[in-house]
Amino acid sequence: MRQKALPYLLLAPATLFLCVFFLYPFLLVAWESITRNGVVTLDNFRTMGGHWKFPLTFWNTLALAGVVVPVQLALALAMASIVSNMNRGRSAVLYIFAIPLGISDLAAGLIWLAIFEQSGFLNSWLSMLGVTERPIMFLGYQSTLSLFAAVAIAEIWRATAIMMVILVAGMGLIPKEYGEAAEVFGAGPWKRFTRVTLPLLRPSLQTALILRVILAFEVFAVVAALAGNNFPVLMGETYHWQFALRDRGVAAAFAMVILGISIAFTVMLLYLLRVPREARI
Amino acid sequence: MSAVAGEPMASARPDARGAGRLLFAATVLILVVWVLLPIWLLLVNALSSPAEVTSFPKRIWPSFDMGSLSFFYNFGGVGRALWNSVLVAGLTMILSIGVGAPAGYALSRFDFPGKETFRFLVLMTRAFPLPLLALPLAVMFIRTGLDDTVLGLALVHTTLALPFAVLITFSLFSGIPVELEEAAWTLGCTRAQAFGKVVLPLALPGIAASAVFAFTISWNEVFAAAVLTIENRTLTAFLLQNISTSPLHLRFAGGAALVVPALIFIFAVRKYLFAMWGIANR
Repeated sequence: MRQKALPYLLLAPATLFLCVFFLYPFLLVAWESITRNGVVTLDNFRTMGGHWKFPLTFWNTLALAGVVVPVQLALALAMASIVSNMNRGRSAVLYIFAIPLGISDLAAGLIWLAIFEQSGFLNSWLSMLGVTERPIMFLGYQSTLSLFAAVAIAEIWRATAIMMVILVAGMGLIPKEYGEAAEVFGAGPWKRFTRVTLPLLRPSLQTALILRVILAFEVFAVVAALAGNNFPVLMGETYHWQFALRDRGVAAAFAMVILGISIAFTVMLLYLLRVPREARI
Repeated sequence: MSAVAGEPMASARPDARGAGRLLFAATVLILVVWVLLPIWLLLVNALSSPAEVTSFPKRIWPSFDMGSLSFFYNFGGVGRALWNSVLVAGLTMILSIGVGAPAGYALSRFDFPGKETFRFLVLMTRAFPLPLLALPLAVMFIRTGLDDTVLGLALVHTTLALPFAVLITFSLFSGIPVELEEAAWTLGCTRAQAFGKVVLPLALPGIAASAVFAFTISWNEVFAAAVLTIENRTLTAFLLQNISTSPLHLRFAGGAALVVPALIFIFAVRKYLFAMWGIANR
Protein backbone atom coordinates (compact mmCIF):
# COMPACT_ATOMS: atom_id res chain seq x y z
CA MET A 1 0.00 0.00 0.00
CA ARG A 2 2.73 2.46 1.00
CA GLN A 3 4.72 1.58 -2.10
CA LYS A 4 1.79 2.61 -4.27
CA ALA A 5 1.26 5.91 -2.49
CA LEU A 6 4.93 6.93 -2.50
CA PRO A 7 5.21 8.27 -6.07
CA TYR A 8 2.07 10.35 -5.58
CA LEU A 9 3.40 11.73 -2.32
CA LEU A 10 6.62 12.71 -4.06
CA LEU A 11 4.77 14.34 -6.94
CA ALA A 12 2.20 16.10 -4.77
CA PRO A 13 4.24 19.23 -3.89
CA ALA A 14 5.24 19.89 -7.51
CA THR A 15 1.73 19.25 -8.83
CA LEU A 16 0.16 21.45 -6.19
CA PHE A 17 2.70 24.16 -6.91
CA LEU A 18 2.05 24.11 -10.65
CA CYS A 19 -1.71 24.16 -10.11
CA VAL A 20 -1.59 27.13 -7.75
CA PHE A 21 1.09 29.15 -9.49
CA PHE A 22 0.70 28.09 -13.13
CA LEU A 23 -2.78 26.81 -14.07
CA TYR A 24 -4.83 28.94 -11.71
CA PRO A 25 -3.15 32.27 -12.57
CA PHE A 26 -3.67 31.62 -16.27
CA LEU A 27 -7.37 31.06 -15.72
CA LEU A 28 -7.37 34.19 -13.60
CA VAL A 29 -5.70 36.34 -16.24
CA ALA A 30 -8.04 35.00 -18.91
CA TRP A 31 -11.01 35.87 -16.71
CA GLU A 32 -9.59 39.31 -15.95
CA SER A 33 -9.20 40.04 -19.65
CA ILE A 34 -12.90 39.44 -20.40
CA THR A 35 -14.38 41.19 -17.37
CA ARG A 36 -14.56 44.75 -16.19
CA ASN A 37 -15.76 45.39 -12.62
CA GLY A 38 -17.10 41.85 -12.51
CA VAL A 39 -19.17 42.13 -15.69
CA VAL A 40 -18.27 39.99 -18.70
CA THR A 41 -17.37 42.32 -21.54
CA LEU A 42 -14.96 42.77 -24.44
CA ASP A 43 -14.17 46.34 -23.36
CA ASN A 44 -10.60 45.50 -22.43
CA PHE A 45 -9.88 44.16 -25.89
CA ARG A 46 -11.66 47.13 -27.47
CA THR A 47 -9.59 49.58 -25.43
CA MET A 48 -6.44 47.70 -26.35
CA GLY A 49 -7.23 47.35 -30.06
CA GLY A 50 -8.54 50.89 -30.35
CA HIS A 51 -5.36 52.46 -29.03
CA TRP A 52 -3.32 54.01 -31.84
CA LYS A 53 -0.20 52.25 -30.64
CA PHE A 54 -1.63 48.73 -30.78
CA PRO A 55 -1.10 47.82 -34.46
CA LEU A 56 2.45 49.21 -34.28
CA THR A 57 3.14 47.23 -31.09
CA PHE A 58 1.71 44.03 -32.52
CA TRP A 59 3.57 44.20 -35.82
CA ASN A 60 6.81 45.32 -34.15
CA THR A 61 6.75 42.20 -32.02
CA LEU A 62 5.94 39.88 -34.92
CA ALA A 63 8.45 41.50 -37.27
CA LEU A 64 11.17 41.29 -34.65
CA ALA A 65 10.48 37.59 -34.10
CA GLY A 66 10.29 37.09 -37.88
CA VAL A 67 13.75 38.57 -38.40
CA VAL A 68 15.46 37.30 -35.26
CA VAL A 69 14.37 33.66 -35.14
CA PRO A 70 15.47 32.59 -38.67
CA VAL A 71 18.86 34.29 -38.26
CA GLN A 72 19.27 32.61 -34.90
CA LEU A 73 18.33 29.24 -36.34
CA ALA A 74 21.01 29.54 -39.04
CA LEU A 75 23.61 30.85 -36.60
CA ALA A 76 22.78 28.21 -33.98
CA LEU A 77 23.04 25.45 -36.61
CA ALA A 78 26.41 26.80 -37.74
CA MET A 79 27.70 27.03 -34.17
CA ALA A 80 26.41 23.56 -33.28
CA SER A 81 27.99 22.03 -36.42
CA ILE A 82 31.30 23.72 -35.66
CA VAL A 83 31.32 22.48 -32.10
CA SER A 84 30.32 18.97 -33.18
CA ASN A 85 33.22 18.84 -35.66
CA MET A 86 35.84 20.07 -33.22
CA ASN A 87 38.37 17.96 -31.40
CA ARG A 88 40.85 20.30 -29.74
CA GLY A 89 39.44 23.14 -27.67
CA ARG A 90 35.89 21.87 -28.01
CA SER A 91 34.86 22.43 -24.41
CA ALA A 92 36.34 25.93 -24.25
CA VAL A 93 34.58 27.03 -27.44
CA LEU A 94 31.36 25.41 -26.27
CA TYR A 95 31.54 27.31 -22.99
CA ILE A 96 32.17 30.62 -24.75
CA PHE A 97 29.29 30.04 -27.19
CA ALA A 98 27.01 29.23 -24.24
CA ILE A 99 27.86 32.35 -22.19
CA PRO A 100 24.91 34.51 -23.37
CA LEU A 101 22.61 31.77 -22.05
CA GLY A 102 23.34 32.99 -18.54
CA ILE A 103 23.00 36.69 -19.26
CA SER A 104 19.84 38.55 -18.34
CA ASP A 105 17.92 40.17 -21.20
CA LEU A 106 18.24 43.47 -19.36
CA ALA A 107 22.03 43.08 -19.15
CA ALA A 108 22.12 42.13 -22.84
CA GLY A 109 20.25 45.32 -23.66
CA LEU A 110 22.74 47.35 -21.63
CA ILE A 111 25.67 45.57 -23.29
CA TRP A 112 24.46 46.64 -26.72
CA LEU A 113 23.57 50.10 -25.43
CA ALA A 114 27.29 50.53 -24.74
CA ILE A 115 27.87 49.88 -28.44
CA PHE A 116 24.96 51.67 -30.09
CA GLU A 117 24.48 54.80 -27.95
CA GLN A 118 25.52 58.10 -29.40
CA SER A 119 28.92 58.24 -27.69
CA GLY A 120 29.19 54.46 -27.89
CA PHE A 121 31.76 52.13 -29.37
CA LEU A 122 30.24 51.79 -32.83
CA ASN A 123 30.28 55.55 -33.34
CA SER A 124 33.82 55.69 -31.96
CA TRP A 125 35.03 53.11 -34.47
CA LEU A 126 33.17 54.67 -37.37
CA SER A 127 34.74 58.05 -36.70
CA MET A 128 38.19 56.53 -36.15
CA LEU A 129 37.92 54.82 -39.52
CA GLY A 130 36.85 58.13 -40.99
CA VAL A 131 33.50 56.81 -42.20
CA THR A 132 31.45 59.39 -40.35
CA GLU A 133 32.23 62.90 -39.21
CA ARG A 134 29.69 63.22 -36.44
CA PRO A 135 28.29 60.50 -34.16
CA ILE A 136 25.07 59.03 -35.53
CA MET A 137 21.99 58.67 -33.35
CA PHE A 138 21.22 55.00 -33.86
CA LEU A 139 18.64 54.82 -31.09
CA GLY A 140 16.63 57.97 -31.71
CA TYR A 141 12.89 57.73 -32.24
CA GLN A 142 13.13 58.98 -35.84
CA SER A 143 15.57 56.29 -36.91
CA THR A 144 13.15 53.37 -36.84
CA LEU A 145 15.32 51.17 -39.02
CA SER A 146 18.51 51.42 -36.97
CA LEU A 147 16.46 51.07 -33.79
CA PHE A 148 14.93 47.87 -35.12
CA ALA A 149 18.36 46.62 -36.24
CA ALA A 150 19.92 47.38 -32.84
CA VAL A 151 17.18 45.50 -30.97
CA ALA A 152 17.36 42.60 -33.44
CA ILE A 153 21.17 42.33 -33.15
CA ALA A 154 21.01 42.38 -29.36
CA GLU A 155 18.33 39.67 -29.39
CA ILE A 156 20.33 37.55 -31.83
CA TRP A 157 23.43 37.93 -29.69
CA ARG A 158 21.61 37.05 -26.48
CA ALA A 159 19.36 34.16 -27.36
CA THR A 160 21.19 32.15 -30.01
CA ALA A 161 23.00 30.23 -27.27
CA ILE A 162 19.83 28.55 -26.02
CA MET A 163 19.11 27.11 -29.48
CA MET A 164 22.76 26.17 -29.99
CA VAL A 165 22.87 24.18 -26.77
CA ILE A 166 19.71 22.24 -27.63
CA LEU A 167 21.02 21.53 -31.14
CA VAL A 168 24.45 20.40 -29.87
CA ALA A 169 22.70 18.00 -27.51
CA GLY A 170 20.51 16.80 -30.41
CA MET A 171 23.48 16.29 -32.74
CA GLY A 172 25.13 14.20 -30.05
CA LEU A 173 22.19 11.79 -30.24
CA ILE A 174 22.56 11.12 -33.97
CA PRO A 175 24.53 7.89 -34.53
CA LYS A 176 27.85 8.60 -36.27
CA GLU A 177 27.32 5.63 -38.62
CA TYR A 178 24.61 7.48 -40.57
CA GLY A 179 26.96 10.25 -41.62
CA GLU A 180 29.76 7.79 -42.32
CA ALA A 181 27.49 5.67 -44.49
CA ALA A 182 26.55 8.75 -46.49
CA GLU A 183 30.24 9.61 -46.84
CA VAL A 184 30.99 6.16 -48.21
CA PHE A 185 28.34 6.73 -50.87
CA GLY A 186 30.06 9.96 -51.84
CA ALA A 187 28.04 12.61 -50.03
CA GLY A 188 30.00 15.81 -49.36
CA PRO A 189 29.81 17.75 -46.09
CA TRP A 190 26.92 19.96 -47.27
CA LYS A 191 24.91 17.04 -48.55
CA ARG A 192 25.50 15.10 -45.34
CA PHE A 193 24.32 18.13 -43.37
CA THR A 194 21.12 18.65 -45.36
CA ARG A 195 20.24 15.01 -46.02
CA VAL A 196 21.37 13.28 -42.81
CA THR A 197 21.87 15.72 -39.95
CA LEU A 198 18.93 18.07 -40.52
CA PRO A 199 16.20 15.43 -40.90
CA LEU A 200 17.47 13.51 -37.86
CA LEU A 201 17.71 16.74 -35.91
CA ARG A 202 14.02 17.44 -36.30
CA PRO A 203 12.94 16.79 -32.69
CA SER A 204 15.65 19.10 -31.39
CA LEU A 205 14.82 21.70 -34.02
CA GLN A 206 11.22 21.57 -32.90
CA THR A 207 12.08 22.05 -29.21
CA ALA A 208 14.55 24.82 -29.97
CA LEU A 209 12.18 26.70 -32.26
CA ILE A 210 9.18 26.48 -29.92
CA LEU A 211 11.22 27.68 -26.98
CA ARG A 212 12.81 30.45 -28.99
CA VAL A 213 9.64 31.71 -30.70
CA ILE A 214 7.84 31.98 -27.37
CA LEU A 215 10.78 33.85 -25.87
CA ALA A 216 10.80 36.13 -28.92
CA PHE A 217 7.18 37.14 -28.28
CA GLU A 218 8.16 37.88 -24.68
CA VAL A 219 10.88 40.33 -25.70
CA PHE A 220 10.88 43.10 -23.14
CA ALA A 221 13.99 44.18 -21.26
CA VAL A 222 16.30 44.30 -24.29
CA VAL A 223 13.87 46.76 -25.88
CA ALA A 224 13.47 48.71 -22.65
CA ALA A 225 17.23 49.11 -22.32
CA LEU A 226 17.93 50.02 -25.95
CA ALA A 227 14.86 51.86 -27.18
CA GLY A 228 12.82 52.87 -24.15
CA ASN A 229 9.37 53.81 -25.40
CA ASN A 230 10.52 54.44 -28.96
CA PHE A 231 9.97 50.85 -30.02
CA PRO A 232 6.76 49.52 -28.45
CA VAL A 233 6.43 45.73 -28.11
CA LEU A 234 3.61 43.64 -26.61
CA MET A 235 5.30 42.77 -23.34
CA GLY A 236 6.41 46.35 -22.80
CA GLU A 237 2.86 47.62 -23.36
CA THR A 238 1.56 44.98 -20.93
CA TYR A 239 3.94 46.33 -18.31
CA HIS A 240 2.98 49.90 -19.15
CA TRP A 241 -0.77 49.26 -18.78
CA GLN A 242 -0.31 47.25 -15.60
CA PHE A 243 2.14 49.54 -13.90
CA ALA A 244 1.93 53.08 -15.24
CA LEU A 245 -1.74 53.20 -16.26
CA ARG A 246 -2.88 50.81 -13.51
CA ASP A 247 -5.42 49.16 -15.80
CA ARG A 248 -5.20 45.45 -15.08
CA GLY A 249 -7.99 44.55 -17.49
CA VAL A 250 -6.20 45.93 -20.55
CA ALA A 251 -2.89 44.48 -19.34
CA ALA A 252 -4.65 41.11 -19.13
CA ALA A 253 -5.97 41.60 -22.67
CA PHE A 254 -2.38 42.17 -23.86
CA ALA A 255 -1.34 39.05 -21.98
CA MET A 256 -4.03 37.06 -23.82
CA VAL A 257 -2.71 38.34 -27.16
CA ILE A 258 0.83 37.19 -26.28
CA LEU A 259 -0.54 33.88 -25.04
CA GLY A 260 -2.65 33.50 -28.18
CA ILE A 261 0.19 34.01 -30.66
CA SER A 262 2.50 31.83 -28.53
CA ILE A 263 0.05 28.93 -28.59
CA ALA A 264 -0.72 29.41 -32.28
CA PHE A 265 2.97 29.25 -33.19
CA THR A 266 3.62 26.31 -30.87
CA VAL A 267 0.84 24.31 -32.49
CA MET A 268 2.09 25.30 -35.96
CA LEU A 269 5.65 24.21 -35.18
CA LEU A 270 4.45 20.97 -33.61
CA TYR A 271 2.60 20.25 -36.85
CA LEU A 272 5.26 21.42 -39.32
CA LEU A 273 8.14 19.61 -37.63
CA ARG A 274 6.23 16.56 -36.46
CA VAL A 275 8.23 13.34 -36.32
CA PRO A 276 6.40 10.18 -37.40
CA ARG A 277 6.55 7.56 -34.66
CA GLU A 278 8.36 5.05 -36.85
CA ALA A 279 11.07 7.57 -37.77
CA ARG A 280 12.19 8.23 -34.20
CA ILE A 281 15.66 7.20 -33.13
CA MET B 1 36.11 4.82 -40.81
CA SER B 2 36.18 8.52 -41.56
CA ALA B 3 39.95 8.57 -41.04
CA VAL B 4 40.39 5.93 -43.74
CA ALA B 5 38.14 7.82 -46.11
CA GLY B 6 39.86 11.10 -45.28
CA GLU B 7 43.47 10.03 -45.83
CA PRO B 8 43.59 9.73 -49.64
CA MET B 9 41.76 13.03 -49.97
CA ALA B 10 44.30 14.76 -47.75
CA SER B 11 47.23 13.58 -49.88
CA ALA B 12 45.44 14.40 -53.13
CA ARG B 13 44.44 17.95 -52.18
CA PRO B 14 46.62 19.18 -49.36
CA ASP B 15 46.02 22.83 -50.26
CA ALA B 16 42.24 22.58 -50.22
CA ARG B 17 42.42 20.77 -46.91
CA GLY B 18 44.65 23.42 -45.37
CA ALA B 19 42.49 26.23 -46.70
CA GLY B 20 39.42 24.51 -45.29
CA ARG B 21 41.06 24.28 -41.87
CA LEU B 22 42.03 27.92 -41.97
CA LEU B 23 38.49 28.92 -42.90
CA PHE B 24 37.14 26.77 -40.07
CA ALA B 25 39.51 28.33 -37.54
CA ALA B 26 38.69 31.83 -38.78
CA THR B 27 34.95 31.16 -38.41
CA VAL B 28 35.45 29.91 -34.86
CA LEU B 29 37.52 32.99 -34.06
CA ILE B 30 34.91 35.37 -35.48
CA LEU B 31 32.12 33.70 -33.52
CA VAL B 32 34.15 33.78 -30.30
CA VAL B 33 34.81 37.50 -30.80
CA TRP B 34 31.11 38.06 -31.58
CA VAL B 35 30.16 36.56 -28.23
CA LEU B 36 32.93 37.99 -26.05
CA LEU B 37 33.61 41.47 -27.44
CA PRO B 38 30.24 43.04 -26.45
CA ILE B 39 30.65 41.80 -22.86
CA TRP B 40 34.18 43.24 -22.79
CA LEU B 41 32.91 46.61 -24.01
CA LEU B 42 30.34 46.77 -21.21
CA LEU B 43 33.05 45.97 -18.69
CA VAL B 44 35.28 48.68 -20.20
CA ASN B 45 32.50 51.19 -19.62
CA ALA B 46 31.88 49.96 -16.09
CA LEU B 47 35.58 50.28 -15.28
CA SER B 48 35.87 53.84 -16.61
CA SER B 49 35.11 57.08 -14.82
CA PRO B 50 31.66 58.66 -15.38
CA ALA B 51 33.27 61.37 -17.54
CA GLU B 52 34.96 58.80 -19.77
CA VAL B 53 31.70 56.92 -20.26
CA THR B 54 30.12 59.89 -22.01
CA SER B 55 33.31 61.02 -23.75
CA PHE B 56 33.91 60.50 -27.43
CA PRO B 57 35.59 58.70 -29.11
CA LYS B 58 36.02 55.73 -26.84
CA ARG B 59 39.07 53.63 -26.10
CA ILE B 60 38.86 49.87 -26.03
CA TRP B 61 40.93 49.62 -22.85
CA PRO B 62 39.46 50.66 -19.48
CA SER B 63 41.21 53.19 -17.26
CA PHE B 64 40.33 51.04 -14.22
CA ASP B 65 38.74 54.05 -12.60
CA MET B 66 36.29 52.90 -9.93
CA GLY B 67 34.22 56.08 -10.23
CA SER B 68 31.27 54.49 -12.04
CA LEU B 69 31.19 51.42 -9.85
CA SER B 70 31.42 53.31 -6.57
CA PHE B 71 28.76 55.75 -7.77
CA PHE B 72 26.56 52.76 -8.57
CA TYR B 73 27.21 51.04 -5.27
CA ASN B 74 26.49 54.17 -3.24
CA PHE B 75 23.41 55.11 -5.26
CA GLY B 76 20.31 55.04 -3.07
CA GLY B 77 18.69 51.62 -3.02
CA VAL B 78 21.32 49.68 -4.97
CA GLY B 79 22.76 47.82 -2.00
CA ARG B 80 19.31 46.76 -0.92
CA ALA B 81 18.32 45.74 -4.44
CA LEU B 82 21.44 43.58 -4.70
CA TRP B 83 20.62 41.93 -1.39
CA ASN B 84 16.99 41.37 -2.48
CA SER B 85 18.18 39.74 -5.70
CA VAL B 86 20.37 37.36 -3.74
CA LEU B 87 17.54 36.54 -1.31
CA VAL B 88 14.95 35.92 -4.03
CA ALA B 89 17.37 33.80 -6.06
CA GLY B 90 18.42 31.82 -2.98
CA LEU B 91 14.79 31.12 -2.05
CA THR B 92 13.98 30.18 -5.64
CA MET B 93 16.88 27.76 -5.61
CA ILE B 94 15.74 26.08 -2.38
CA LEU B 95 12.06 25.95 -3.39
CA SER B 96 12.58 24.65 -6.91
CA ILE B 97 14.98 21.88 -5.84
CA GLY B 98 12.96 21.05 -2.73
CA VAL B 99 9.76 20.69 -4.72
CA GLY B 100 11.25 19.53 -8.02
CA ALA B 101 13.76 16.89 -6.93
CA PRO B 102 11.19 14.55 -5.28
CA ALA B 103 9.10 14.75 -8.42
CA GLY B 104 12.14 13.98 -10.57
CA TYR B 105 12.94 10.99 -8.37
CA ALA B 106 9.36 9.70 -8.59
CA LEU B 107 9.38 10.00 -12.39
CA SER B 108 12.66 8.10 -12.66
CA ARG B 109 11.86 5.23 -10.27
CA PHE B 110 8.15 4.47 -10.48
CA ASP B 111 5.61 3.57 -13.12
CA PHE B 112 2.19 4.70 -12.09
CA PRO B 113 -1.06 5.95 -13.60
CA GLY B 114 -0.95 9.71 -14.04
CA LYS B 115 2.77 9.84 -14.81
CA GLU B 116 2.22 11.01 -18.37
CA THR B 117 -0.30 13.62 -17.24
CA PHE B 118 2.26 15.07 -14.88
CA ARG B 119 4.94 15.12 -17.55
CA PHE B 120 2.52 16.85 -19.87
CA LEU B 121 1.80 19.49 -17.21
CA VAL B 122 5.53 20.12 -16.84
CA LEU B 123 6.15 20.30 -20.59
CA MET B 124 3.12 22.56 -21.06
CA THR B 125 4.77 25.26 -18.95
CA ARG B 126 7.18 25.69 -21.86
CA ALA B 127 4.51 26.65 -24.36
CA PHE B 128 3.38 29.50 -22.11
CA PRO B 129 4.92 32.92 -21.64
CA LEU B 130 5.50 32.42 -17.92
CA PRO B 131 6.46 35.97 -16.87
CA LEU B 132 2.84 36.93 -17.62
CA LEU B 133 1.88 34.97 -14.52
CA ALA B 134 3.01 37.97 -12.55
CA LEU B 135 -0.11 39.93 -13.62
CA PRO B 136 -2.83 37.82 -11.94
CA LEU B 137 -0.52 36.88 -9.11
CA ALA B 138 -0.07 40.55 -8.24
CA VAL B 139 -3.75 40.61 -7.21
CA MET B 140 -3.60 37.24 -5.49
CA PHE B 141 -0.57 38.38 -3.49
CA ILE B 142 -2.25 41.57 -2.31
CA ARG B 143 -5.08 39.47 -0.90
CA THR B 144 -2.70 37.10 0.89
CA GLY B 145 -0.22 39.72 2.05
CA LEU B 146 2.54 38.39 -0.19
CA ASP B 147 2.67 41.51 -2.33
CA ASP B 148 6.01 43.23 -2.58
CA THR B 149 7.74 40.50 -0.58
CA VAL B 150 10.83 38.47 -1.36
CA LEU B 151 8.86 35.25 -0.85
CA GLY B 152 6.11 36.24 -3.26
CA LEU B 153 8.56 36.93 -6.07
CA ALA B 154 10.52 33.77 -5.26
CA LEU B 155 7.30 31.75 -5.68
CA VAL B 156 6.84 33.14 -9.20
CA HIS B 157 10.48 32.54 -10.06
CA THR B 158 10.11 28.99 -8.77
CA THR B 159 7.37 28.45 -11.33
CA LEU B 160 9.93 29.42 -13.98
CA ALA B 161 12.66 27.18 -12.55
CA LEU B 162 10.56 24.20 -11.44
CA PRO B 163 10.07 22.53 -14.85
CA PHE B 164 13.84 22.57 -15.35
CA ALA B 165 14.47 21.25 -11.85
CA VAL B 166 12.03 18.37 -12.42
CA LEU B 167 13.43 17.40 -15.82
CA ILE B 168 17.07 17.72 -14.79
CA THR B 169 16.71 15.73 -11.57
CA PHE B 170 14.63 13.16 -13.46
CA SER B 171 17.53 12.53 -15.81
CA LEU B 172 20.08 12.59 -12.98
CA PHE B 173 18.24 9.91 -11.02
CA SER B 174 17.62 7.92 -14.18
CA GLY B 175 21.38 7.82 -14.70
CA ILE B 176 21.94 6.10 -11.34
CA PRO B 177 21.30 2.35 -11.65
CA VAL B 178 18.35 1.02 -9.64
CA GLU B 179 20.50 -2.00 -8.81
CA LEU B 180 22.64 0.11 -6.47
CA GLU B 181 19.55 1.03 -4.48
CA GLU B 182 18.27 -2.53 -4.49
CA ALA B 183 21.62 -3.77 -3.19
CA ALA B 184 21.33 -1.35 -0.27
CA TRP B 185 17.81 -2.62 0.49
CA THR B 186 18.96 -6.24 0.59
CA LEU B 187 21.72 -5.18 2.99
CA GLY B 188 19.07 -3.89 5.37
CA CYS B 189 18.61 -0.25 4.43
CA THR B 190 15.15 1.26 4.35
CA ARG B 191 14.10 3.10 1.22
CA ALA B 192 14.97 6.45 2.81
CA GLN B 193 18.34 5.22 4.09
CA ALA B 194 19.23 3.78 0.71
CA PHE B 195 18.37 7.08 -0.90
CA GLY B 196 20.41 9.08 1.59
CA LYS B 197 23.46 6.83 1.59
CA VAL B 198 23.64 5.62 -1.99
CA VAL B 199 21.64 7.77 -4.43
CA LEU B 200 22.07 11.22 -2.95
CA PRO B 201 25.90 11.29 -2.86
CA LEU B 202 25.96 10.24 -6.51
CA ALA B 203 23.35 12.78 -7.57
CA LEU B 204 24.60 15.68 -5.46
CA PRO B 205 26.91 17.40 -7.99
CA GLY B 206 24.15 17.37 -10.59
CA ILE B 207 21.58 18.63 -8.09
CA ALA B 208 23.97 21.43 -7.14
CA ALA B 209 24.30 22.34 -10.81
CA SER B 210 20.55 22.53 -11.31
CA ALA B 211 20.31 24.61 -8.12
CA VAL B 212 22.80 27.08 -9.60
CA PHE B 213 20.72 27.08 -12.77
CA ALA B 214 17.58 27.94 -10.76
CA PHE B 215 19.52 30.72 -9.03
CA THR B 216 20.55 32.14 -12.41
CA ILE B 217 17.00 32.05 -13.78
CA SER B 218 15.79 34.10 -10.82
CA TRP B 219 18.81 36.44 -10.82
CA ASN B 220 18.18 37.34 -14.48
CA GLU B 221 14.39 37.64 -14.47
CA VAL B 222 13.09 41.14 -15.21
CA PHE B 223 9.36 41.29 -16.00
CA ALA B 224 7.84 39.50 -12.99
CA ALA B 225 10.30 41.21 -10.67
CA ALA B 226 9.34 44.62 -12.03
CA VAL B 227 5.60 43.91 -11.77
CA LEU B 228 5.60 42.33 -8.33
CA THR B 229 7.93 44.53 -6.32
CA ILE B 230 7.70 48.20 -5.41
CA GLU B 231 9.71 48.78 -2.25
CA ASN B 232 11.64 45.53 -2.22
CA ARG B 233 13.03 45.80 -5.73
CA THR B 234 15.53 43.29 -7.03
CA LEU B 235 18.52 44.53 -9.01
CA THR B 236 16.87 43.89 -12.40
CA ALA B 237 13.64 45.59 -11.33
CA PHE B 238 15.60 48.50 -9.87
CA LEU B 239 17.59 49.01 -13.07
CA LEU B 240 14.49 48.74 -15.24
CA GLN B 241 12.59 51.21 -13.12
CA ASN B 242 15.34 53.80 -13.43
CA ILE B 243 16.42 52.98 -16.96
CA SER B 244 15.11 56.09 -18.69
CA THR B 245 16.19 58.53 -15.98
CA SER B 246 19.53 57.22 -14.74
CA PRO B 247 22.86 58.42 -16.18
CA LEU B 248 24.71 56.13 -18.57
CA HIS B 249 27.49 55.22 -16.17
CA LEU B 250 24.94 54.01 -13.62
CA ARG B 251 23.30 51.80 -16.24
CA PHE B 252 26.58 50.29 -17.40
CA ALA B 253 27.82 49.66 -13.86
CA GLY B 254 24.46 48.02 -13.10
CA GLY B 255 24.72 45.91 -16.24
CA ALA B 256 28.18 44.76 -15.19
CA ALA B 257 26.85 43.90 -11.72
CA LEU B 258 24.26 41.68 -13.42
CA VAL B 259 26.67 40.08 -15.90
CA VAL B 260 29.66 39.17 -13.75
CA PRO B 261 27.83 36.81 -11.34
CA ALA B 262 26.02 35.25 -14.32
CA LEU B 263 29.38 34.51 -15.97
CA ILE B 264 30.55 32.76 -12.81
CA PHE B 265 27.32 30.74 -12.54
CA ILE B 266 27.50 29.55 -16.12
CA PHE B 267 31.15 28.64 -15.65
CA ALA B 268 30.27 26.65 -12.52
CA VAL B 269 27.64 24.54 -14.29
CA ARG B 270 29.33 24.31 -17.70
CA LYS B 271 29.79 20.54 -17.43
CA TYR B 272 26.08 20.01 -16.90
CA LEU B 273 24.72 22.60 -19.31
CA PHE B 274 24.52 20.24 -22.23
CA ALA B 275 23.36 17.23 -20.31
CA MET B 276 20.55 19.42 -18.96
CA TRP B 277 19.36 20.72 -22.28
CA GLY B 278 19.87 17.40 -23.99
CA ILE B 279 17.33 15.81 -21.73
CA ALA B 280 15.06 18.77 -21.63
CA ASN B 281 14.36 17.70 -25.22
CA ARG B 282 12.59 14.50 -24.35
